[in-house]
Amino acid sequence: MLPREYRTISNISGPLMMVEKTKDVRYDELVEISLSNGEKRRGRVLEIESDRALVQVFEGTSGIENEETKVRFLGKVLTLPVSKDMLGRVFNGRGEPIDGGAQLIAEQNLDINGMPMNPFSRDYPSEFIQTGISTIDGLNPMVRGQKLPIFSASGLPHNRMAAQIARQATVISGHEDFAVVFAAMGITFEEASFFMEDFRRTGALQRTVLYINLADDPAIERISTPRIALTAAEYLAFECNMHVVVILTDLTNYCEALREISAARKEVPGRRGYPGYLYTDLATMYERAGRLKGKSGSITQIPILTMPEDDKTHPIPDLTGYITEGQIILSRSLHRQGIYPPVDVMPSLSRLKDKGIGKDKTREDHADLMNQLFAAYARGKEAKELAVILGEGALSEEDKAFANFSTVFEDKYVRQGEYENRTIKGTLELGWDLLTMIPVKELKRIRDAYIEKYLNPLLAEKKAKAEKAAN
Amino acid sequence: MPEKKEIKGVIERISGSLVIAGGMEGASMQDVVHIGKEGLVGEILEVNGDKASIQVYEETSGLMPGEPVVSTGEPLSVELGPGIIEQFYDGIQRPLELIEKAAKSPYISRGISVPAIDRSKKWNFEPKVKAGDEVIAGDILGVVQETVVVEHRIMVPFGIKGKVTKIEKGEHTVEDVIAVIDDNGTKHEVKMLQRWPVRKPRPVKTRLAPNVPMTTGQRVVDAFFPVALGGTACVPGPFGSGKTVIQHQFAKWAQAQIVVYVGCGERGNEMTDVLLEFPELDDPQTGQPLMKRTTLIANTSNMPVAAREASVYTAITLAEYYRDMGYSVALMADSTSRWAAALREMSGRLEEMPGEEGYPAYLGTRLASFYERAGRCIVNGKDGREGSITVIGAVSPPGGDLSEPVTQNTLRVTKVFWGLDANLAYQRHFPAINWLSSYSLYTDRLDAYWDEKFDDQWSGLRVEAMGLLEQESQLNEIVRLVGIDALSRDERMVMETAKSLREDFLHQNAFHEIDTYASMDKQFKMLRTIVNFHHAGLDALHKGAPMNKLFNLPVREQIARMRYLEEKDIAQIDKLEDTIKEQIQAIIPVGGEHDAA
Repeated sequence: MLPREYRTISNISGPLMMVEKTKDVRYDELVEISLSNGEKRRGRVLEIESDRALVQVFEGTSGIENEETKVRFLGKVLTLPVSKDMLGRVFNGRGEPIDGGAQLIAEQNLDINGMPMNPFSRDYPSEFIQTGISTIDGLNPMVRGQKLPIFSASGLPHNRMAAQIARQATVISGHEDFAVVFAAMGITFEEASFFMEDFRRTGALQRTVLYINLADDPAIERISTPRIALTAAEYLAFECNMHVVVILTDLTNYCEALREISAARKEVPGRRGYPGYLYTDLATMYERAGRLKGKSGSITQIPILTMPEDDKTHPIPDLTGYITEGQIILSRSLHRQGIYPPVDVMPSLSRLKDKGIGKDKTREDHADLMNQLFAAYARGKEAKELAVILGEGALSEEDKAFANFSTVFEDKYVRQGEYENRTIKGTLELGWDLLTMIPVKELKRIRDAYIEKYLNPLLAEKKAKAEKAAN
Repeated sequence: MPEKKEIKGVIERISGSLVIAGGMEGASMQDVVHIGKEGLVGEILEVNGDKASIQVYEETSGLMPGEPVVSTGEPLSVELGPGIIEQFYDGIQRPLELIEKAAKSPYISRGISVPAIDRSKKWNFEPKVKAGDEVIAGDILGVVQETVVVEHRIMVPFGIKGKVTKIEKGEHTVEDVIAVIDDNGTKHEVKMLQRWPVRKPRPVKTRLAPNVPMTTGQRVVDAFFPVALGGTACVPGPFGSGKTVIQHQFAKWAQAQIVVYVGCGERGNEMTDVLLEFPELDDPQTGQPLMKRTTLIANTSNMPVAAREASVYTAITLAEYYRDMGYSVALMADSTSRWAAALREMSGRLEEMPGEEGYPAYLGTRLASFYERAGRCIVNGKDGREGSITVIGAVSPPGGDLSEPVTQNTLRVTKVFWGLDANLAYQRHFPAINWLSSYSLYTDRLDAYWDEKFDDQWSGLRVEAMGLLEQESQLNEIVRLVGIDALSRDERMVMETAKSLREDFLHQNAFHEIDTYASMDKQFKMLRTIVNFHHAGLDALHKGAPMNKLFNLPVREQIARMRYLEEKDIAQIDKLEDTIKEQIQAIIPVGGEHDAA
């Protein structure tokens, strides 16, 4: 069947337009719009009512009028041509190359919306990824197939951190095919070029696919950018058996675009004007992370979002947190103290940590040590707050030890260099070393056997040193 | 019943998961329809003249106006019969394993039709009645061994009674006729496979008061905020506060014979986790893998939103079926907020007048009628069997704000509230159930039960421990203002004991092989030891014992490690009592002199 052409646009508002007297139009179908000046745009069918179709135009509706503009329904959904040659290439937010290179010769054309993974066919993520960052590896370990977002805020170094993760991420078990898919939504040229520059300089570019929608690109295009990136990632992971890390930044811009469409459709708004289906919409992207039984590849997602006004209860971080498997939260206060990476340890969390650590994965003592560090840091911070009100003299001996611990912890454990790549062993040993500052009786979260094995030698060493110094 | 005429219409409008079809005269509300050439499954939500609004349980992209819509003339139903346990279903009871086979892909494609219950498998049917017996609805005709631990009881379907004229012992598939019942001349053929519409509660004979506890092995729950068999409970909490881990813990250790776990709009990996882990873990009651008593229903957040709405009804209907056999069933729903969000989305598309925060005005009634299907009851049948459904629903309030409509409407109908606290979670105090804000309305009844059946000190201990924690929170205010030194020696003791209660009793590590589950016996002994130390400590302080020495007694470390004792070794906890006495005696000064020891 030949695609039909219509010149029956009746109503244009925001990113949407209504096409009348249509026949045999399918829901979600791809639409090609030819403007009177020869420009071509694309869109998709959002709603059909008998012979009227509501079309969302990806590049925006400016310049579209209702006499000359032609609309063709293409009879297929939006697909992405994929092949292994995508690696090392730069595309725009619609998946077209912008690096001056040749058009991609497609191995396959894939529906960018993907399909929901059958939970039965999933394999549980359990392979530890070493990022070289202590606050992640030691306290919020990430595993292959996880979706672990970074909750940041304007002015915080989330980009540097994401680049560091992309650069350093490895699995302990050895080298395997590894790729990065990077999707930028509405970020500035400067931010985008930071990533490209960093990838180029460190040689990571050959194993990276970039999709760039800049701040001045049409907002509506952002709706497809992450889906295009994830489609490419699915191809690389499950067809080419690669381990793919997908970095999506900045989800906040994506959600704004979604709100714009929702408002144009005059839908009943949910919290803060975002559509009621924001949760479902985000889930259809985040849930595309994971592993599949019988496939060796995996998709690990690191979405980055900036929290408006540092507010974690804002719908975007809130709904994200309910879908993703944990979150890394950056703290403005640590950043002000000049600590990089400013990971706010207390509210950060990796939900899949328990399956990825322990004997044969990282080390047997990892879980206990992690719990103890959290508890001790929490207590130390509490003691410090108390000291602010009452003065240090009011603290008990133990509380003083904890307060002291939390300061050193931030300085030694949290703080590290942008190019400092710590091994997991180094991170664990650093943790034990810091615990020597606390009375053993207070280490309730650790099994005796591990205290015996890992802490006592350190304590003995410390004692010996102190004695030596005293003599 | 007169033969129904086939109702066939055409698609007129498509908007997301909502399809409006014309030419549907005679279609009834809530009937299941097949849409388009692929035969997608949907349910009628609204009838207006010859137009029907349909929520579609599958992805609608590619549908076109003019495609056919055919009504099945039947409401959304589940299939009941042996083979449900150990299954992993989607929201409308399609086995995900079979979907994988039919789709030949790890992704869920559309229009797949697979039977909920295996038609070819043969079960060994053991009759419990003989020809000539009079039976009524709910009577057990016979049993099959569904799994090692579950005996599946085949009941006389509702609406049928009479005299058994034939009963077939032996190997049968679920579609074989296993009994014929003669109701004054009308012959009813009974198969193992039965159906029931999900939105209609299955009837019971009498409902009973919830005064028997359902233990969960979780100390903060069993000791402080217990839930009764047939009770309802809710776990609201912001993300990251451990809702799902708690639900998993209940599914693992709750003292129920059957567990139905529904993952409603949640993460795919979590369901995979349950699926991989449950066959490995042993049920402390039967020693068999937990999966042998569990059925899972998953409609993850990226699966079609309308089926999410149906998933909780599918789950509770399966639960009711096992309750009717006389089992105690525990149903975990994670999370009811996602179900409510699905309601909201459909309501928005139907252009209904929104209530609070865009939720439909009927949110409260829907939630209430769902939780109301829980309960302990005498089920139908002559033998007066008792069955129960305990419902534990997780709620995910946006931003952790409990004033939002789903939480508020849930609190109105549930009797236990386990309030999760983000601050506790940050300190890695798990389960992060806040002991000050949580409540259980079953405590009075269950205290009476434990005092009578277990140990008459139980309720006293519980009340005293709660009191200490309450006192601690008040004292903490003072400490925050003027420092710990302002407290009297007695108050310092209260603070120490409360800390011990928090860290050594309430805190429980779900991932520690021993600590993950505590029997009532262990819980009782632990609590008694901590409270006894408090009494002995106060007494010693009054007799002039130095506070520092008291708080640093070696026995306190043993108290802190009670939780890691295996169940077979818990007698050691009793011995601690003597150690406490000994060590405390040693630091009490004799006749004004300080004892050197």
